[in-house]
Amino acid sequence: MSFTKHLAVVLSGALSLALPAKAETELTMYYPIAVGGSLTTVVDGIVAGFEAANPDIKVNAIYSGNYDDTRVRALSALNSGEPAQLAVMFSIDAYDLIEQDLVVPFDDVVSSDAEKAWLSGFYPALMANGTIEGKTWGVPFQRSTIVAYYNKDMFRAAGLDPEKAPTTWDELISMGKTLTKDGTHGLMIPSTGYPYWMFQALAIQNGKELMAGDGLTTYFDDPKVVDTLEFWKSLSTEHGIMPTGTVEWGTLRQAFLEGQTAMMWHSTGNLTAVKKNASFDFGVAMLPGNERLGSPTGGGNFYLFKDTSDAEKAAALKLIKYMTAPEQAAAWSIATGYMGVSQAAYETEALKAYTASFPPALVARNQLQHAVAEFSTFETARVRDGLNNAIQSALTGAKSPADALGDAQAAAKRLLKAYQ
Amino acid sequence: MRKPANLEHRRQAIYGWLLLSPAALLLTFFAFYPSLATLWSSLFSRGTRRKPSEFVGSENYLDLMQDPTFWLVVKNNLLYAGITIPVSIFFALAMALWANSKISARGFVRTAYFTPTVLPMIAAANLWLFFYTPGFGVLDQIGALFGLPSVNWLGQPETALWAVIIVTIWKEAGFFMIFYLAALQTIPTDLKEAADIEGASRWTYTTRIVLPLLMPTTLFIMVNALINSVKLIDHLFILTKGGPSDASKLILYYIWEMAFAFFDAPHAAALTILVLLALGIVAAIQFFYMEKRTHYQ
Amino acid sequence: MNRLYQYLDNFGAILLAVIWVAPLLFAFWAAFHTTSDAVNFNLTSSWTLDNFRIAWEGAPWLKYFRNTFVLVTVVLIGQFIITTLAGFAFAQVNFPGKDLVFILVLLQLFILPEVLIVENYAMVSRLGLFDSVLGVGMPYMASAFGIFLMRQAFKSVPIELHEAARIEGCSWFGILLKVYVPLAKPTYLAYALVSVSTHWNNFLWPLIVTNSEDTRPLTVGLSIFGAPENGVDISIISAATLMSIAPLLITFLIFQRQFVQAFLRTGIK
Repeated sequence: MSFTKHLAVVLSGALSLALPAKAETELTMYYPIAVGGSLTTVVDGIVAGFEAANPDIKVNAIYSGNYDDTRVRALSALNSGEPAQLAVMFSIDAYDLIEQDLVVPFDDVVSSDAEKAWLSGFYPALMANGTIEGKTWGVPFQRSTIVAYYNKDMFRAAGLDPEKAPTTWDELISMGKTLTKDGTHGLMIPSTGYPYWMFQALAIQNGKELMAGDGLTTYFDDPKVVDTLEFWKSLSTEHGIMPTGTVEWGTLRQAFLEGQTAMMWHSTGNLTAVKKNASFDFGVAMLPGNERLGSPTGGGNFYLFKDTSDAEKAAALKLIKYMTAPEQAAAWSIATGYMGVSQAAYETEALKAYTASFPPALVARNQLQHAVAEFSTFETARVRDGLNNAIQSALTGAKSPADALGDAQAAAKRLLKAYQ
Repeated sequence: MRKPANLEHRRQAIYGWLLLSPAALLLTFFAFYPSLATLWSSLFSRGTRRKPSEFVGSENYLDLMQDPTFWLVVKNNLLYAGITIPVSIFFALAMALWANSKISARGFVRTAYFTPTVLPMIAAANLWLFFYTPGFGVLDQIGALFGLPSVNWLGQPETALWAVIIVTIWKEAGFFMIFYLAALQTIPTDLKEAADIEGASRWTYTTRIVLPLLMPTTLFIMVNALINSVKLIDHLFILTKGGPSDASKLILYYIWEMAFAFFDAPHAAALTILVLLALGIVAAIQFFYMEKRTHYQ
Repeated sequence: MNRLYQYLDNFGAILLAVIWVAPLLFAFWAAFHTTSDAVNFNLTSSWTLDNFRIAWEGAPWLKYFRNTFVLVTVVLIGQFIITTLAGFAFAQVNFPGKDLVFILVLLQLFILPEVLIVENYAMVSRLGLFDSVLGVGMPYMASAFGIFLMRQAFKSVPIELHEAARIEGCSWFGILLKVYVPLAKPTYLAYALVSVSTHWNNFLWPLIVTNSEDTRPLTVGLSIFGAPENGVDISIISAATLMSIAPLLITFLIFQRQFVQAFLRTGIK
C-alpha cells in the first residue's frame, strides 16, 4: 500500500500544476472487491492519489460486496434517485445495463485524440465483452482468465516433470490419474459459484462458443457442447480424477492449499492469496486444450452511468483514465493477481520486476491470445442460471448432459425471444 | 342530558384518532399502500428499452404458473415449513421440559438452548458453513472418523435444503422454548402433586396433563413458526444462494432474486400477492380459532 | 428407577445443550487458529490473533457497530412512542370504528415488511429516505405486536387510578404520561429487549435499503465480508462473525435472566 501511495504522491505532484480551479464535482463510485478484505485500503489509496491530483473532484468510493451485490447496489441507488456516476461491475452485465438504458458508451464521452488513444490501448481480448453494437460500453479494470494451479511437490512425488503441466485433454486425464492417490484428487474444477465460466473454457477448448456475439442466441445443445459436458462429467465418473457431484467454488482454494487436489482450475485473481499461503512449491499454467487452447476472460469493467451531468461524466472519465493508467494498473495487478489491463502496464518498471521474479503472474496475460469473451446475453442472469443448473444437474447425475443442456437451451430461447 | 354525552363522545373520537394517527400513517405507508401497489404493479408488464410497460392483467400470474422454478420453490417452502415447524416445536418442548426440571446444570442448559436465538441468521449461517464444508468441514471430519465418505452437504440438490432446514431448527427451537417455559410456569404445582398421589408415572403426567395444557401455546408457536418459515431466508445468502439448481430456493428469496437480481419487478409482485394471500388465509384461520377460544373461555 | 430417569434426564439435556453450542465452539476454535491448524484440528497448535487483525482491517466494523446501535435505538424510540399512543387509544378510548381498526392493525402481523420489499423499497425512495437510518427503521415502528402488548398492559391498569388523575384535572395526555406509562414499565423493558434483539439481527430489509458504509449495519456488513468472489477463509470468517456477534452475545450472557424474562413476559401475552 505504501508503494501505491508513493506512486500517487509522485504523480499528483506532477499533475497538480496543470489543472485550473473549478467548482467541485462529486463522484460516487460503486466497486466490488473480488478477493476479499483489505484491498479496500488499496482502492482508497489510489482514489486519494487521484483527488490530490484533481482538487476539484471529490470521490466517494463505496465497496459493495461481490459482483452481484455491487450490481444490485448500484442499480438500487440509481432507481431511487441517488446519484452514482460510475461503477465497476461484471463485464457481462453490459447487455442488461444497455437494455435498462442505464449506461452510456465511452465513445460518446471521449473527445480528444489522447483520450481516443487511451481507449484503444487495452488488450483487445479484454474489450470483447464491453463492445456491443459497435460501441465501447465497458473499460477493463480488474480482469482475469482461468488458469491451472498445480502442486509441483505432488508432481515430483508422482514422478512427473514439475515444470510441465498438462497441455492437452489427454495429458490432463493421464497425468490426473497418476496424481490421484488415496485422499488426493488429481484435478478439481469448481462447479458451484460460477460453473458456466469453467464450462465455457472447456467448450472453447472443444472448439465451440456458447453464445453468439450479438447476445441473442445460445448454443447449449450443440453436439460439441454436449460432448464437453460429457467430458467434464467423465473426469469424475469414468476417470476418477475429480470428486463426484459438485466441487465447491468458495472452499476450493483452501482445498488446494490443504493438498486435497494436485491441480485446480481457478481465477488468476486467486494468485496472490495462493502465493501467500502455499506451504508447497506450486506452479501456474495455461489451461490445456483439445481442438484449441482457450479460456473466457472474467472480472469487472468500469461503466459510466447515463443519468449524470456532462461535467460529472468528464470527471468520471478522468477517474477511470487514472485508475487504468499503466502505473495504477500495475500496482493493482501486483496487489491482487488480476491482469494488467494494457500492454503499457506490463512495461512499467514495477510490473516488469514483479513478473521477472514471479513468472506465474504472466500466465493469464499470455493466455489472452487464446481468450474469448465471457458468457453474456440479454437477460444474462436468468439465462446464465439455466446454464448453471444444467451443468450441476449433469454433474450430480440428476439429468443426462444432453437433457440438461436441451432444457437450458429451450429456456434460453424463451427468454431471448422478446429481444430478437 | 344529551349534549354533554355527545360532546364526550366526540372528544373521545377525536382523541382516539389523534392517538392513532402516527401508527395509522406508518401502517398505511408501509403495509396497506404497498400491498395495493404490489397488486397494481403485478398487472403490468416489465418496461424495457424496446417495449414500455403496459397492462397485461393476469399474464404475470400465468407466467408464474408455467415457470417450473415457481413450482419447485413452492414445493421447497412447503417442505421447509413442514419439517422445521414440527421438529422445532418438538425440540422446544423437550428443552422447556428439561430447563424447567430439577436437572443439575439447568442454567447452562437453558443458556445453551437460547443462545442461537440472539445471533443474527447471517452469523448462524457462517458458523454452520464450517460444519458443511466438504472434506475438511466438521461434519465430514466426524464422518471420516467413522469411515464415512465426504458429503458435499451444500453442493448437492438432495441435501442442500436439509442443510438449510437444520440451521433454521437450530435457531428457532430455543426461541420457542421460551414460550413453553412461560406456559409451564403457569401450571399449578398441585396438579403434579395430585398426579403423584394417584400414582401416575412421569410419562402419563407429561402426556395426559401437561401436553394438553400446553396446547394453546403450541398453537401460538405454530402460527409464529409458520410466519417465520416465510420470513427466514437470510441464511440462503451465505449457504447456498438457493442452489444447487434451485434445490434450496425459498419463496421470499425468489421474490428478492426476481426483483433485485433479474430486475423483473412485475413477476416478483405477482408472487408477493400469492404469498400475501396464503398468509391471509392463515391469519383468517387463526382469528377464527381465537374467536372460538375466547367464547370457550 | 427414579435415579435412572434422573440420570438419563441430566445426560440427555446436557448432550443436547452441548450439540446446540457446538457451532459457536467450533467458530471460536477456528477464529483463534490459522486456517490450516483449524481445519486439521491440531489441538496443540498455537493460538493466534491474526485472524481478528485481518478481519478487523477488512471492513469498517466500528462504523457498522455504530450504525446498528443507532438503528436499534431509533427503531425502539419510534416504537415506544407509536405503540404507547396507539395502545392507549385501543385500551382506554372509545371511538367509532375501534374494532375494525384493531383488526387492520393485527393484519400487519401477517403483512411483513420483508414480503413487501419491492414496494416498500419504492416507498422509501419516494420519501427520500433511501440509504438512511429512518428508511431502515420506519416500516417497523408501527409494530402490531407492540401495539397489542401495550394495549394489554394498559388494560390492566386499575380504572381508579385513571379516575383519580382525571379528577385532579389532568388531560388525556397527562393521564397517559403520569399514570399508565410508569405502570407499564416492565412491559416496556421486556418489549425493548425483544425489539433490540430482533432489529440488531435484521438482515434482508437493511440489505436493500442501505447502500453506503455510513448506514450499513453489522448483519449486512458481515454478509458482504463473507462473500468474496475467490473463496472463503474459514478462520477469518469465524473471527469476523465472532466480532460482530460479541456485543449482543456478551450482553445476553450477563443479563440472561432479564432476557429470558423479557421473552417470557411477551410470550405470556
